[in-house]
Amino acid sequence: MKKNTEVLSLLVDNTAGVLTRITSLFGRRGFNIDSLTVSATENPLISRITIVVQGDPQILDQVLLQTGKLKTTRKVIVLDPSQSVLRELLLIKVQADETNRAAIHEIANIYKAKIIDLSIGAMTMELTGEPDKIDGFMEILGQYKILELCRTGITAMERGTDIKARIAEEQGGNV
Amino acid sequence: MLLRGAEIFVRVLLEQGVDTLFGYPGGAVLDLYDALYEHRQEICHILTSHEQGAAHAADGYARATGKTGVVLATSGPGATNLTTGIAAAFMDSVPMVAITGNVSRPLIGKDSFQEVYIAGITLPITKHNYIVQDAAELAGILREAFYYAQEGRKGPVLVDIPRDVMQQVVEYEPPQKAADPTPAPLSLQDLKTAATMINQAKRPMIYCGGGIVASGAEQALTELMHKAGIPAAWTLMAMGAIDTDDPLNLGLIGMHGTQTANWTAADADLLIAVGARFSDRVALNFGTFAQNAKKLQIDVDPSEINKNVAVDHRVIGDAKQVLEALLPMVYKKEHKVWRRQIETYMTEEAALVPENFPPRQILKCISDLAGPEAIYTTDVGQHQIWAVQYVEHVRPRQFLTSGGLGAMGYGYGAAIGAKCACPDRPVIHITGDGSFHMNMVEAATAVTYGLPIITVILNNRALGMVRQQQEWFYQGRYSATELERKTDYVRVAEGFGARGYRCTDIESFRQAFAEALRSDVPVWIECPIDRDLDVLPMVPAEGMTAEPCKGEEP
Repeated sequence: MKKNTEVLSLLVDNTAGVLTRITSLFGRRGFNIDSLTVSATENPLISRITIVVQGDPQILDQVLLQTGKLKTTRKVIVLDPSQSVLRELLLIKVQADETNRAAIHEIANIYKAKIIDLSIGAMTMELTGEPDKIDGFMEILGQYKILELCRTGITAMERGTDIKARIAEEQGGNV
Repeated sequence: MLLRGAEIFVRVLLEQGVDTLFGYPGGAVLDLYDALYEHRQEICHILTSHEQGAAHAADGYARATGKTGVVLATSGPGATNLTTGIAAAFMDSVPMVAITGNVSRPLIGKDSFQEVYIAGITLPITKHNYIVQDAAELAGILREAFYYAQEGRKGPVLVDIPRDVMQQVVEYEPPQKAADPTPAPLSLQDLKTAATMINQAKRPMIYCGGGIVASGAEQALTELMHKAGIPAAWTLMAMGAIDTDDPLNLGLIGMHGTQTANWTAADADLLIAVGARFSDRVALNFGTFAQNAKKLQIDVDPSEINKNVAVDHRVIGDAKQVLEALLPMVYKKEHKVWRRQIETYMTEEAALVPENFPPRQILKCISDLAGPEAIYTTDVGQHQIWAVQYVEHVRPRQFLTSGGLGAMGYGYGAAIGAKCACPDRPVIHITGDGSFHMNMVEAATAVTYGLPIITVILNNRALGMVRQQQEWFYQGRYSATELERKTDYVRVAEGFGARGYRCTDIESFRQAFAEALRSDVPVWIECPIDRDLDVLPMVPAEGMTAEPCKGEEP
């Protein structure tokens, strides 16, 4: 993780316009978002938003409090990277012909990336992992011509918490 | 029982105890107005000249009473016209429920006639807002809106209702008795730390804001000040929280605050912020504000802690509850040395403003004649600060002003709201010629409903506050601030059906104002004053509070 970066896991109401409220708040207060993912949860009334934000400790504290103040926010969890699993998905398309295809394949194997598309001039791979691993893979592939790439941003979860207690808290309502 | 959405809307207003609302009809709210017609004996609807006036009126009603103000407008332009009023309420944490109509659900998103996405527009200026997608949700949403407007840190909530939802017939269930918002319990550990800080301080000071008024904490504040011997300064939002004659009253703090308050903040070793948010108009420079002091912040909103100025300790909770809990924990003290130092500031300051300074004479006269029950509203500019400086002996909820947003044109609407809430008390609207031109059309409302509001116009033929900044910081280049208007206030007042006076000396003003207090129609009194009168003291934006401009010529 970069310095002055935090991963927030927000449990929010799964209703229309909730994401807008969060991004509007970030825009208005000038908070910097590194990445943001939204997904369903096991509870259809709740969505999970994972946000990676940057700022000094005072700003990060404000992000936490201001986000928690929104009526649609049920819980804000600051993820401790050592106590959490952080994952990101990368899709990357590299220019590849018969001269370098094997070499790229070998790199993909080392990183346990999957080749998901192959055409005459290009190879597309998929890699899931911690952000550092994705960074490393991209750096190595940098010696080839990268035609296109996209990263999902981090999605994350705490390790081994007492899930039942957490869910009871969520049902209870807010922050 | 099966009811139409519009009928449910009115029933929820009634169950919430709403007897007055302010609004303006239009196509998208025809059904709501039809339901209001049915219940016209139970709910008084005040039709303003402009939706902005209605929003300010709901705000003034809320500030004067502490109850939730309600405003109703149609879709599109009706909704957008509310926004200044909603933003003013949001910045000053005023409980308000704003209801807007919208086009029918199938027309939403089609750029239909008078369609705007008001929920999107008001996202950053409401505590929360709703679009009602089904009449079955309407009662629940409205009840939640009223609850949420008053819960914790108060503020405006908007409910947008599509027209076909008003027409939809659904089952309506009368309410369960809803619990009033209950404050969360206080942290004893936090209170203990706070009490220790107070007990150890040698040069403590309190700086209090709107939270005192919102929670009705003025009594608790005064008791704490006197027991622990702590002088206190206040923000615009806390005007009246401390009695004018209280020897521990330091006056207004901040940009146009008293030198005493600002210098005390610079010298203090403990600054206790209560229900105040370290705004840029108070702290001025976040890095240097009260830089010799440890800071203790008491606020109901945790997100206010460390937002602008880093504090050493905080207690989260309702101001009244916290102050009452602290009272038995603090030692009785007098802080004689510290108080003597502050007294020298006060003596020095008392000599600064001459008795015959015209705004002072006018406002002193108003203050003397209007009596202790009067409610004041202001617009924004020089007259506003003069009113804060020279109106005396008001209590909380008697001085209504747009502090955070600084919305010119706030005062007339707010006065209408206050007068509707308190018909037996004098309501005095203090304004300037700039601000008054923004919303003077609300005179039509005041006349129609027989609201004898007294408007005092300090006419300096300028946008005085901006002009003053140009004088001081832009070498007197008066760009677009000198007004060469030919408005004849006496005739315009008469044109609206109000009464007008023009007073060029304090004696004729005294007479006109005394007559105005007995009037049963709205009165305007124009007081021509010199263009070059400045609001002093003044600390420039981002300046050091320790060094206010004293009033030497620039």
